[in-house]
Amino acid sequence: MLAYIIRRLLYAIPILVGVNLLTFTLFFVVNSPDDMAASQLGDKYVTPAAIENWKRKNGYDKPLFLNDSATGLATLTDTIFFTKSVRLFAFDFGRSESGRDITTDVSTRMWPSLAVALPSFALGIWVNICVALMVVMFRGTSLDRWAVFVFVALMSISYLFYIIGGQYLVAKQWMLVPISGFDPDFKPWKFLILPVLVSVLSGIGSGARWYRTLFLEEAGQDYVRTARAKGASELRILFRHILPNALIPILTGVVVLIPSLFMGSLLIESFFGIPGLGSYMLDAIRSQDFAIVRSMVFIGSILYIFGLILTDISYTWADPRVRLS
Amino acid sequence: MWELDAKPVLLWSDALVFMLVIVLCTFFYRLRNDPQTRERWSQVFSSRLGMVTFTIIMVYVGIALLDSLHFRRALASPAGVETTEVFYDNKVTSVLDLMLDGMGDRYERTYSAPLALKSFEKSDMKDEHGNLVRDYEWLEHAGRHLASPADKWPDLLRLTGIALAWGLAAAALVVGLQWVLLRGSAYPWYASWLVQAVVICFMVWLVSVSHYYHVLGTDQGGTDVAYQSLKGIRTGVLLGTLSTLVMLPIAVTLGVMAGYFKGWVDDVVQYLYTTLSSIPGILLIAASVLLFQVYIDLNPDYFAVGMEKADARFIALCFILGLTSWSSLCRLIRAETLKISQLGYVQAAHAFGVSHRRILGRHILPNVVHIILITFVLDFSSLVLAEAVLSYIGVGIDPSMGSWGNMINDARTELSLEPAVWWTLAGAFFFMFMLVLAANLFSDLVRDAFDPRSGSGRSGA
Repeated sequence: MLAYIIRRLLYAIPILVGVNLLTFTLFFVVNSPDDMAASQLGDKYVTPAAIENWKRKNGYDKPLFLNDSATGLATLTDTIFFTKSVRLFAFDFGRSESGRDITTDVSTRMWPSLAVALPSFALGIWVNICVALMVVMFRGTSLDRWAVFVFVALMSISYLFYIIGGQYLVAKQWMLVPISGFDPDFKPWKFLILPVLVSVLSGIGSGARWYRTLFLEEAGQDYVRTARAKGASELRILFRHILPNALIPILTGVVVLIPSLFMGSLLIESFFGIPGLGSYMLDAIRSQDFAIVRSMVFIGSILYIFGLILTDISYTWADPRVRLS
Repeated sequence: MWELDAKPVLLWSDALVFMLVIVLCTFFYRLRNDPQTRERWSQVFSSRLGMVTFTIIMVYVGIALLDSLHFRRALASPAGVETTEVFYDNKVTSVLDLMLDGMGDRYERTYSAPLALKSFEKSDMKDEHGNLVRDYEWLEHAGRHLASPADKWPDLLRLTGIALAWGLAAAALVVGLQWVLLRGSAYPWYASWLVQAVVICFMVWLVSVSHYYHVLGTDQGGTDVAYQSLKGIRTGVLLGTLSTLVMLPIAVTLGVMAGYFKGWVDDVVQYLYTTLSSIPGILLIAASVLLFQVYIDLNPDYFAVGMEKADARFIALCFILGLTSWSSLCRLIRAETLKISQLGYVQAAHAFGVSHRRILGRHILPNVVHIILITFVLDFSSLVLAEAVLSYIGVGIDPSMGSWGNMINDARTELSLEPAVWWTLAGAFFFMFMLVLAANLFSDLVRDAFDPRSGSGRSGA
């Protein structure tokens, strides 16, 4: 098991290198630092001197891969590739283009993101399983068919409308919760209710529909027929036989998402004014702060790969027949 | 009204979408004799739901295609100047604009409610004595023909009656023709005809009432919301199809090669898609779009009219969405190819010394077509939804190009006005929801027919 995990971690390195090369290509080769400087400075102030100045200030005034003017190891290290991309492996994210330390920003903004994402995630799974179980109880009836239709309809509504509609109804019309904002010290739950509610509601369509399919797949298995022949009640079959077995695919499907919860949700956080990593990314995209985008791409990839490893481990834990080798 | 003097404009996206139509037609034409495919499609279309959703999708596609026939109107030469040279309008018009009969040209100053006669907000005006008063302004293009404001509802009723009569007549013509041709068919065509009749009546009503009122009001800039929603159709449909078109060749080639040749090819392909899928999609898309934007900003001379610039950004977005989303389809095709290449007939072909190219073309590709098809239909709706999100983030469609995402983005704070401005959001919601719902329901049916093991829908009961 341990050997397997170590091997997987080693396997992650080439992938991260690939991610790094790809972002490096995107940010520095496709668009040269000169182009970036020109667009950051705006049209008015683009003089060659201003561009050089901006590049020096942000550390882009080096050669891309090989620095011929330096000696020894510095030929490799005193380059944009080394200072901007390779250092990410040491979790040294450097400074954003507005001059703030990215590592500090990330570590403080992680927690508000988690405060929204974790309850949404847990509650979402629970609600989806409950709804799907209820629908499966009525399988084969017209209620089931209508439920599937409703799921598809819920899926067809843009996420933006859930947020806008939720803010309008719950916060503006009924005045139950504040429209947006976040306060870590004073009653934070008040600010969390609506974002969590919106993300759970918007996930029901696709989530419950998928879980229903999984439950139905299990309901067609031989052991269910055996249990029924044995005289087990429908409820007992549903909860004792179908549910535990269907939980395996559900578990492995959602475990991969757990590490990424740290990244938060772009839309939820920006609409509800939550100072998490989601709104951090959105601000970075809108202000074209490529240093932050680059760091977040790297963090996101690490979390995703970590999620893949967790998925494999959860397989062995949930299903003893699976052996990792 | 119908000027013939015009110069056709072929935008890149127009060219691509008509190419796609030709490709799809040839694809289905070549498949028409395959008994298995025929049986599966007939399963899709023998349900009423399949007919209804397909008709709705076709209506959207039809509107999108009409909106893709672009031209620039010739300008009337200025009075007193004799010239043989013809100047063309800088604005690009489409056939749809012509059919909507100037719906997009009737601007107001700012917000107005659906079917309203007066503006939504008060503004400073002069009364007949020249005193400054603050009141709701009369709209420029709503109810100008009425003798008094009280006549509005009777007039609307009258207009609706006339429009319905014309609509029903047109629908009778369209449906009647199909009835003559298809009455012996075993498929539930009547469901499709019903939808067609409703759509025709609705469109006739919308266009004729729009002459005198703003059916869905106007937005902050004073543009007709119904017009904007209709213009959003082209963007949504094209984005949903062109992105998939970009993604398909990459995913299919790499997936089939990985599954067939195995070995180091497989390793490389697996490495590529794992790397790509480990990057948070939205960040990758945002970064690519931003970088392309930098490129456009620094090279403004490449584009003759503003529309071409918007179009370049649109195509770039399609390519970016396609290039970043091939990993899941590639994975599916690789798995399926692995499975197929173990089968007896492929092994036999190997034993007979059939070339790789022939095996791939004759035995492998035809057997993964259903996966491609399911993905094409499934991805369509998610891409339409993604457009709205990307436009909100600011990396979507160019703001000068109408799209539902831009509408939502512009209107996202309007519900907090007092009283709330709901019509922009409602317009975008309705047109987007109908398309995505139809596409989702249709894709369920297609998946059930082509992949019975998927177990969704009724098959699990």
